[in-house]
Amino acid sequence: MSTTLPLPKVVSAPRTHSKQGTTVRRVLIGAALVFLTLFLAFPLLAVFAQAFVKGLHAYLAAIRDEETLLAARLTLMVIFIAVPLNLVFGLAAGWAITKFDFHGKNILITLIDLPLAVSPVVSGLIYVLVFGLHGWFGSWLDSHDIRIIFAVPGIVMATTFVTFPFIARELIPFMQTQGKEEEEAAAVLGANGWHILFKVTLPNIKWSLLYGVILASARAAGEFGAVSVVSGHIRGQTTTLPLQVEILYNEYNFVGAFAAASLLTLLAVVTLIARKTIEWKTSETEE
Amino acid sequence: MLHRRKQAGSPIPGFGLSMGFTLSYLSLIVLIPISAVFFKSASLGWTHFWQAATTPRVIASYRLTIGASLAAALINMVTGLLVGWVLARYDFPGKHFVDAMVDLPFALPTAVAGIALTSLYVKSGWFGRYLQPHGIQVAFQPAGIVLALAFVGFPFVVRSVQPVLEDLDQELEEAAASLGASRWQTFRRVIFPSILPALLTGTALAFGRALGEYGSVIFIAGNMPMKTEISSLLIVSKLEQYDYAGATAIAVIMLVASFTLLLGINLLQARIRRQEAEA
Repeated sequence: MSTTLPLPKVVSAPRTHSKQGTTVRRVLIGAALVFLTLFLAFPLLAVFAQAFVKGLHAYLAAIRDEETLLAARLTLMVIFIAVPLNLVFGLAAGWAITKFDFHGKNILITLIDLPLAVSPVVSGLIYVLVFGLHGWFGSWLDSHDIRIIFAVPGIVMATTFVTFPFIARELIPFMQTQGKEEEEAAAVLGANGWHILFKVTLPNIKWSLLYGVILASARAAGEFGAVSVVSGHIRGQTTTLPLQVEILYNEYNFVGAFAAASLLTLLAVVTLIARKTIEWKTSETEE
Repeated sequence: MLHRRKQAGSPIPGFGLSMGFTLSYLSLIVLIPISAVFFKSASLGWTHFWQAATTPRVIASYRLTIGASLAAALINMVTGLLVGWVLARYDFPGKHFVDAMVDLPFALPTAVAGIALTSLYVKSGWFGRYLQPHGIQVAFQPAGIVLALAFVGFPFVVRSVQPVLEDLDQELEEAAASLGASRWQTFRRVIFPSILPALLTGTALAFGRALGEYGSVIFIAGNMPMKTEISSLLIVSKLEQYDYAGATAIAVIMLVASFTLLLGINLLQARIRRQEAEA
């Protein structure tokens, strides 16, 4: 069984169902469901209720707003740069860590997780300190008229940092459970490295790879704190979709803000469905 | 440090390439930028750094951030245990749907969570309209911050506790029951001790996440200096005033705190694995 996707096993409790036990069970299930409804479902519903509060027309107009569309386009662009970079990294790190033995492996795995321990705002700040006007390369970049901070490259970098561990973290534990016998066999039979990667390894890891890509894309689309620090909030130019939500909200354009938010919410729901589907797929192949 | 261990010649190619790329990319994206914050703070000098990191407004923000994160983590501990228990132990219609819903706070962008929660708890909101007449204010109060932090940290405890509860040896419980233990005694003496490490890990993870949280909090917090201003927000305000020294000083304190917490969590998890290996 893979360690990354713990499947909820359906435990059919063969215990004696005393009357008292049944009551306890009902109360606990009821309490959990009421809590989850109030705590998780209502915020989700609130997004759509607020987005449609002035009707479908107002909603569609808010989504077709030029700045919101530009923000959505920028968000997609950032995903299409940051996620493939981290995908290549995840494969390289997974290959190096799970197919070979070397000293310092555990340190390397810890370092890969490091961005998870850095808060979003600090994730943005570190890039300001490197590339900002008063940062390490600030004056050099300025004299060459290259803008990274308060421009798109900074947004891409901060997003890449924040989503850095996602794919590697999915792949490494999964590839560890797969072992390396198949690759070794292929190598002994004379296949070259790229052949082994594409014909042997990738087909085995495709589901956990896909799941890592989905997680990283969802996070890249929704990242707020890190991007907020490096963006400069230039409307129509350096605002991603979450930043556009903030701008509209602060202008009391609630329909606009929640309409933009509804797009991000749909993406989140798709992520959850994809997770369940992939869990189901992997458990099927294992059985 | 990272020398390939001498072995009976693994036939798999690509060690140099994959390791080279991994280390270069890791240094470029993660290690060098993170080191920048430490170099910057070192360049401030100790007294200047300490002054910037301990002004009354900054201290108030630490107090609020830590207090609210702790409160949220404790809420997560109780509610996460309840939901984890129900999902691991009972069958009911719609269970898979509920199980998928648990991860919503991980999937939903923080800014979206922030405005959605705010809209529920303001005076005209679905919850606020019933709470405010009773004098319960959530939005623009510390309570709102705790609520937002509890929302984003919710899945951690569930996902830590749930697999342990599923793998728990039922024979042990049956033995306890046959020896005359009541359900509550069985829970307290048999089940609780075996899930405690996982429960603490999940709570610590939620706490760590809450310490650095930004997007979900700023909309509901009100952001009043000294009262409802979290440390992350203070970093942003300092940056907006081009006070890089002040922002860096707070960032270093936060980084050291979260790295220490991460180390503690790793030690805890190592202990859990040892326990599992012994069992």
